[in-house]
Amino acid sequence: MEQKSTHVKGGEFLLRTFTTDEIFIPEDFSEQQIMIAQTTEEFIAKEVLPRIHDIEEMKEGVAVELLRKAGELGLLSIDIPEAYGGLGLDKTSTMLASEKIGPSGSWAVSHGAHTGIGTLPIVYFGTEEQKKKYLPKFAAGEWISSYSLSEAGSGSDALSARTTAVLSKDRTKYILNGTKMWLSNAGFADVYITFAKIDGEKFTAFIIEKDFPGVSTGAEEKKLGIKGSSTRTLILENAEVPVENVLGEIGRGHIVAFNILNIGRFKLAASVIGAAKTVIGEAVKYAKTREQFNSPIANFGLIKHKLAEMVIRTYAGESMVYRTAGAIDAILKDIDSANPEASKQILKGIEEYAVECAMLKVYCSEILDYVVDEAVQIFGGYGYSEEYPVARAYRDSRINRIFEGTNEINRLLTSGMLLKRSVKGEIPLLPHAKKLFDDILGGSRPMTDQPSGELLAAEQQLIGNAKNTVVLLLGAAGQKYLDKIADEQEVLGAISDMMMETYAMESALARGLKTVQMHGAEKSAGVVSAIQVLVDDGMSRIDTSARLVLARIAEGDMLRTYMTVLKRMTRRMPVNSVAMRREIADRLAEAERYTV
Amino acid sequence: MKLVVCINHVPDTETKVKIGPDGKSIDRTGVNFILNPYDEFAIEECLRLREKNGGEVVAVSLGGDSHKETLRKALAMGVDKAVLLKDEAPRDSFSVAQALADFIRGVSPDLIFLGKQSVDSDDAAVGMMVAEMLGLPSVSVAVKMEVDGKTITAEREIEGGHEKVECSIPAVITAQKGLNEPRYPSLKGIMAAKSKPIEEVQPTPAQPKVDVVAMKKPPAKSAGKIVGADVSAVPELVRLLREEAKVI
Repeated sequence: MEQKSTHVKGGEFLLRTFTTDEIFIPEDFSEQQIMIAQTTEEFIAKEVLPRIHDIEEMKEGVAVELLRKAGELGLLSIDIPEAYGGLGLDKTSTMLASEKIGPSGSWAVSHGAHTGIGTLPIVYFGTEEQKKKYLPKFAAGEWISSYSLSEAGSGSDALSARTTAVLSKDRTKYILNGTKMWLSNAGFADVYITFAKIDGEKFTAFIIEKDFPGVSTGAEEKKLGIKGSSTRTLILENAEVPVENVLGEIGRGHIVAFNILNIGRFKLAASVIGAAKTVIGEAVKYAKTREQFNSPIANFGLIKHKLAEMVIRTYAGESMVYRTAGAIDAILKDIDSANPEASKQILKGIEEYAVECAMLKVYCSEILDYVVDEAVQIFGGYGYSEEYPVARAYRDSRINRIFEGTNEINRLLTSGMLLKRSVKGEIPLLPHAKKLFDDILGGSRPMTDQPSGELLAAEQQLIGNAKNTVVLLLGAAGQKYLDKIADEQEVLGAISDMMMETYAMESALARGLKTVQMHGAEKSAGVVSAIQVLVDDGMSRIDTSARLVLARIAEGDMLRTYMTVLKRMTRRMPVNSVAMRREIADRLAEAERYTV
Repeated sequence: MKLVVCINHVPDTETKVKIGPDGKSIDRTGVNFILNPYDEFAIEECLRLREKNGGEVVAVSLGGDSHKETLRKALAMGVDKAVLLKDEAPRDSFSVAQALADFIRGVSPDLIFLGKQSVDSDDAAVGMMVAEMLGLPSVSVAVKMEVDGKTITAEREIEGGHEKVECSIPAVITAQKGLNEPRYPSLKGIMAAKSKPIEEVQPTPAQPKVDVVAMKKPPAKSAGKIVGADVSAVPELVRLLREEAKVI
């Protein structure tokens, strides 16, 4: 596929329609990307999953041994530039590897903490010396890294951290004092990347080695899930950190923290999609063997409903993840890695999609929660027993809605960042919103064209309407609350939900249309049904969120006018979702693994 | 040391296979194809021999373009060269062996490796036929082997135990599970494989001696039956075993 030099902007998905060739889909993976996925999948299946009980019991050395083995294979160096012992591969490969590692639960967290938040701050913000010193060791798994932004009193409000750093008299080191929370890998890490305020003010990132004086870790946390991942506090008592271990600029620690979170969110989304696919496979296999009333429960409608819904949502999530990966890679492709500014350019490229990264994190972590919850339900009493794998999946899923920025913080960020971008003029959202508003007041009805007879034409039109609804509401809310919008968390949250729903529907639709072009409508019947159900339900969810927002921002005649518009935009005949879900569930039951 | 490894592209053992409309071949739609699992041991053994003695490993596969995927995996694991004997005509083991033997004759390697069988048609015949056609000694179902100069010492699996054999090289070896622990293609290997070409060669045309006339699935298992819980059920059990199951 020829890459266009003008890239899709972050958030731009709301402002125009896309041709299918602008959207990257999993069916576009290169042979190399597929092979990376296969080798990762094989490694997880043959090396990691057989030792899952040892991992869960935190048997000494197992997680690290497996990290080193992963290092030999190259699974710790995908994002590390070649100059520092890495592979410097594209983000699609990173996401594919994350997806395949996802099903390993605790170990996936160990791997993600090391390769993501533990390694990337140095990749993107490290000095030449820091990169040379740490990255080759991280790539090989010789040293394991960990990261913490949180403290006991500062989680979502990360910048209120209390850990302090003071320059020593001889100006060679900083003396750090404080306790950081929730460091994944802390039990065996050699390096901790964390933050402290220099002179109690300048929030700054530091690279701390385990053997620096004054550095220790607390006891292992006893956690609800991901029990096999080491989680401890990092205790800094007059810890001595050489000045050359300041990471990034002094007083600019938040830049390190927030940029790394963008990537972390994105990787998390890929990882949970991988976990969801595995759980779907386990649930359908069980449903086929479990017999009640002389029939496998997979034959029952309510079980089919669950199985099909798991597939539909996972398909949507997967489509969003790789669409975004493709968009980021399209930007990164033009960056010359030899350029000293390359790191900055790469970060800027990823930051462009900060809105999408936040959406992916929320939407996909909630997909996995749905999948594991219904999987336990399908397993019934056995699902509640540790004898079966879904209990672990259920426990392990929950953390994904909490770390890498809670889903609440990410809901505020999704619509909040988009509004900021439009106020800054980075994307023409506000003029677009104004035009829609004027059209409505002028009585014109721009979104009610009759759908053409083409495949999924009605869905395409509904997605167009969904975009206009979101833009209209975002514009109206922005105008009403101006700089006080941050106080309207419920409004921001509801608009973010609408944005995610829209991005999910469009990503799935574009993928569906593209696969129909590739393989023909007959072989893509399941995909078409999945999209029809997704859009029908998605429009209902959008309607609910929009009502909440409209009732908050408007009243009287204005509210009535908005409601007329909303009704028009969401008007549709229902699809026969019962028949479609049954068909999707039957196909899944035949394949016994995630398939659409 | 020049090594040739013959590899096959077969349905993933985990995918569900359906019989195609012609009634004598499988329906390939939706079937995932992989490198034949026994061939992984063969490739690994070649790579180890090359690492120890130097030389070159050539992987060869007979089939259509889809086999390139499997050849690419062999390249990613570390073989030096890949050759596709491009031909999609249906073949029996004899005509497969003939094409492979004719190709190998032109390469004159020190050792030829194959998996002990392909998990598709399970003939377990090609390796031995290749040896016969080339007039070479062969060791089948090898679980251990060592090369010392011009001599191979190998252990092969036999019913209930192992048999130790010796032969001279060149020779044909077919690999059994246990011969080694095959490596995963590393990410570096995968990246390097991209730039290695896959050579296409026209093989000897198929002249099969055996035709497949029909393919069918084994009859579905019927549900189990509980005859009773104590001694009183024995006569009925014996009757059923004799008259229905016809096993006693």
